Amino acid sequence: MSEAQAIAATEAELGLTPSDKPRGMFIRAWEVFAENKLGLAGLAFVIFILLFCFVGPHLYVTNQVNTDLTNYLCHPSGQHLLGCDDLGYDEIGRLMVGGQTSLEVGLAAAVVSVVFGTLYGAISGFAGGITDAIMMRVVDAGLSLPYLMVLIILSVIFHPTVTTIIFIIAIFYWFGVARLVRGETIALRNREYVQAVKVIGGRPLRAVIRHIVPNAIGTIIVQGTFAVADAILTLSVLGFLTLGVAPPATDWGSMLSSGLNYIQGGNYWWLIYPPGICIILTCISFNFIGDALRDAFETRLQRR
Amino acid sequence: MVGFLIRRIGQAIIVLVMVTVATLGLVHLFPGGPVRALLGDRATPFLINYYNHLYGFNQPFYLQYLKWVGQLLQGNLGFSDKLNVSVATLIGQDLPKTIVLVVLGLIVSLIFGIPLGVYQAVHRNSPADYVLTGISFLGYSTPVFFLGIVLIDWFAVDSHVFPATAPQSSSVASILADPRALVLPVVTYAFLLYALWSRYMRSSVLDNLVQDYVRTARAKGASERRVVWGHVFRNSLVSIVTLLGLSLPSMVTGAILIEVVFNYAGMGLAFYQAALNNDFNVLLSFTVLVTVVTILGNLLADIGYAVLDPRVRF
Repeated sequence: MSEAQAIAATEAELGLTPSDKPRGMFIRAWEVFAENKLGLAGLAFVIFILLFCFVGPHLYVTNQVNTDLTNYLCHPSGQHLLGCDDLGYDEIGRLMVGGQTSLEVGLAAAVVSVVFGTLYGAISGFAGGITDAIMMRVVDAGLSLPYLMVLIILSVIFHPTVTTIIFIIAIFYWFGVARLVRGETIALRNREYVQAVKVIGGRPLRAVIRHIVPNAIGTIIVQGTFAVADAILTLSVLGFLTLGVAPPATDWGSMLSSGLNYIQGGNYWWLIYPPGICIILTCISFNFIGDALRDAFETRLQRR
Repeated sequence: MVGFLIRRIGQAIIVLVMVTVATLGLVHLFPGGPVRALLGDRATPFLINYYNHLYGFNQPFYLQYLKWVGQLLQGNLGFSDKLNVSVATLIGQDLPKTIVLVVLGLIVSLIFGIPLGVYQAVHRNSPADYVLTGISFLGYSTPVFFLGIVLIDWFAVDSHVFPATAPQSSSVASILADPRALVLPVVTYAFLLYALWSRYMRSSVLDNLVQDYVRTARAKGASERRVVWGHVFRNSLVSIVTLLGLSLPSMVTGAILIEVVFNYAGMGLAFYQAALNNDFNVLLSFTVLVTVVTILGNLLADIGYAVLDPRVRF
């Protein structure tokens, strides 16, 4: 029996056909992810809310620029399915516009903080020694700041627009990512394939970007998913404190904040519950997806 | 152990210096400087100069920093120009009220979170586990102020069971004398923290249940109750101790929001109002105070971890 035949025989014993090539990490991860019903439900809702906020305004056309005081706090009717707010804006249209802000800020803040935190953590862990010690003390300092207090101060100082608020939120999320990626990097640093880069004279940055980051990508993606949920919550908090984006732009938190003014004055439920439920469902969906992804990238759960 | 303590305390001091420099630097980000923000758009150049001189803002940054830290170390937390009281007086008034809220919320959340987390781990993948997991996911994803609004809507506006606002009295004794008004703020706060504890407790107990010492205990013939509560539970509590130290920033965040929603006159509400009024001395002192407490909390959590877990030796 030749060597090739022996391998084929072993493969057959293991239930593998010769066509079974090692599949990509993402395909294997997807297979585990697809078995998680909560994760799929979360993904479905995220797709739905993205369509609702970004495609919806083209199908359900409302005036979200000019106020219309004749419709002040109008009740839900055939014309305004969820009624109007205190400026006469249609509530469903408002949810779409506010959702655009919330989702844009959530996604962008997550991307910014995760990219920066990953590079920072990987470089710190890879460098080691005194560089690592100094870089990690900065992270410790960031993590011990009471982030909401500093967010409030920054918002008061900068009167944020959508772009600045993305960075203001991202400033506080990358610390955690950096610490996590540093841990992964230290575990990976002494592997042969990373050492090999050094041996053949590659620059350290190459080892970080080509070898360490791809191997930590599972952790990074999971953190990124949770970061979206956290950023959306944080934006809603700033909106609630009336420190969010300036009108006529709005977000779900700002909508809640203005709805709160009418809580004692009658049953204006459509001012409070729809934006609140949008925030909760969106954040829960991203949390479900994050949990499912964590399982999906955990190698021992994957079928090869 | 002594080496570990020295290294750990040294780290804490370095972090403290970084944070205080950053906080003082933050105040200088106000457009036109902090004094301009405090005095408003109509302030005359003379007044701005006077206050800049008074606070030493015309000096180099490092001198300002040294002077400010020196004052802090002497216990001088600055003066609130908007409220016309010293920040120390303000803290003396408001801190006890915030402590009442935080401690009550903490107790309620631990009473529910820890046993239910253990229960979930022991009966994992049972219907009860799924329901409780769903509840803690809800806790993670609900903005705490929205929960407060919903509870106000149900229990204060619709049914008048509880008052919509927290006790407005200025003394702690009279706040505690009106427990009905404390129910909604404390419940809201506790729900936020409950999600945190129960989920960590569940995963910590799950991790511990597969450890060798559990197998040993079972092999000795220990009853399931003794294995769970005598062995696993005690070891899992260690991770809660660490978590308590690390969660201080989120606890402060929750307290700020709850105080704003329920108009509870504690430190959080005072801070929020100071932010709206550009009252930068209050902002500076409160931020530094919370940061110091957080750094101390982390330090104590690490030391507590080393003391409680005999496997951790440095």
